[in-house]
Amino acid sequence: MKLVLDLLIGDAQSDRVVPPTGIAARLTVFVAGAMAFLAVLAVALTLTAARVADAWANELAQAATLRLPVGADDALVIAALNLLETTPGIASARVLSDAEQAALLAPWLGADIGLDELPVPRLIAIVAEDQGYDAAGLRARLTGEMPTAVLDDHGRWRAPLVQAASRVRLVGWFSFLLIVAAMAAMIVLAAHASLAAHAQVIRVLRLVGARDVYIARAFVRRFTLRTGLGAIGGVIIGLLALELLPDADTAGGFLANVGFEGAGWLWPLVIPLLAAIVGFVATRAAAMARLRDQT
Amino acid sequence: MIELDNVSYGYRGQPLFSQLSLELAPGSFHFLTGPSGAGKTTLLRLCYADLQAQQGQVRLFGKDATRLDRDAVALTRRRIGVVHQDCQFLDHLSVAENIALPLTVSGRVAEAAANLSELLNWVGLAEQAHQLPQELSGGERQRAALARAVIMSPDFIIADEPTGNVDWEMSQRLMTLLTELNRMGKTILIATHDLNLIRTIKSGVSARVLRLRGGLLDQAGAEL
Repeated sequence: MKLVLDLLIGDAQSDRVVPPTGIAARLTVFVAGAMAFLAVLAVALTLTAARVADAWANELAQAATLRLPVGADDALVIAALNLLETTPGIASARVLSDAEQAALLAPWLGADIGLDELPVPRLIAIVAEDQGYDAAGLRARLTGEMPTAVLDDHGRWRAPLVQAASRVRLVGWFSFLLIVAAMAAMIVLAAHASLAAHAQVIRVLRLVGARDVYIARAFVRRFTLRTGLGAIGGVIIGLLALELLPDADTAGGFLANVGFEGAGWLWPLVIPLLAAIVGFVATRAAAMARLRDQT
Repeated sequence: MIELDNVSYGYRGQPLFSQLSLELAPGSFHFLTGPSGAGKTTLLRLCYADLQAQQGQVRLFGKDATRLDRDAVALTRRRIGVVHQDCQFLDHLSVAENIALPLTVSGRVAEAAANLSELLNWVGLAEQAHQLPQELSGGERQRAALARAVIMSPDFIIADEPTGNVDWEMSQRLMTLLTELNRMGKTILIATHDLNLIRTIKSGVSARVLRLRGGLLDQAGAEL
């Protein structure tokens, strides 16, 4: 806590001994802002992609389809519905209408298809209760009572979706780490440039008895604050950019939720803090290394 | 207080001096003279740990300088006031801030306010306190450098050609300030090639005059 207070309040006299840097200071603010902007986008896209994939996976986990053979009569459909309604864990089951089936085929066959001309099976949409149902048991019953019916619980689709979601998360967080590492590298370079530009100041400070930690502190405080302030600016611009993304009506629903939700809103607060910590650690390491090398 | 024992130093393989020995007792006053390039500044830099001896041993306040870590070097320098020929100011700070710099970097900022006004009066720079160093004349800069060197009340004061850029009157004034410090018990080592100045000051203070020439350090003789 004392360290944080020291950084925020500082020591005006100590700060005065190192003159304000020109280009290195502006570069640090710019780099921190740009990286924070990218970090906001990376985190927002990662969280959104993961959220969308989770929603898809959950919806599929709750849903299943019972496929009856082409030309199945109404008696078979009613028998199937009765069987499903008496199965524990199934919340509802209903036959898809012709219009719904046509809508499912429309992306591949066009909107004006006639279902009567196609060998289309009868489909019953099943919605499971939260605790789910015994799919293996239901399959066994179906095999005994109506062997032509096929239960599809979407397991084939769900597994790749979950895998894709974890990959998206992984790539997103890896991008975030790269952004943080790139920011640290740029700050180290800027700190080195600033220290090199102030070689004579450092020499004078040494001659009058300044310890390395004292000299480093003046640079570290300055770079930490600049990084933090730059990152706050970058986060604000990043949030504005997210607001400008297309909404549901213009982007088919997928981009509607790009951004932060719930606890995810902590990230815009965490990013400037993280940037300041990166600035502190990177500058301190750079300053101490440079001071060790510089006589 | 400061001991050099068989110290050697050179640049790019060329020895500047070798097996040089020197002991500065507390409260003593030494002039170091010799031709340009003889190694006077190098010898002084060894005395405030700005250089490390290539051979031999330098002991600062009883401690082997080669065994001092970076923090220890900084703490040792707080006990040594140095007046550089080119003054070495921070140009963005005022004269007063430059003079107070040793206290500032030592975290003794409160003391700076208390000591500064007295010190500025002592060196005659009270009116120039808020000016920038580049606005001062050569003599004023040297006096400011002297004030900065003594603000920590160091045990040992080193001055490298302190009168190199000032007129005769200002040289005498600076020397008077240094002899006052010696009377207060400070150890003084002044490098200068101005023999007239040495002759003038030597009469008023018990000073040893050392001559560095051809890599050898000896006591100056009859020419003084």
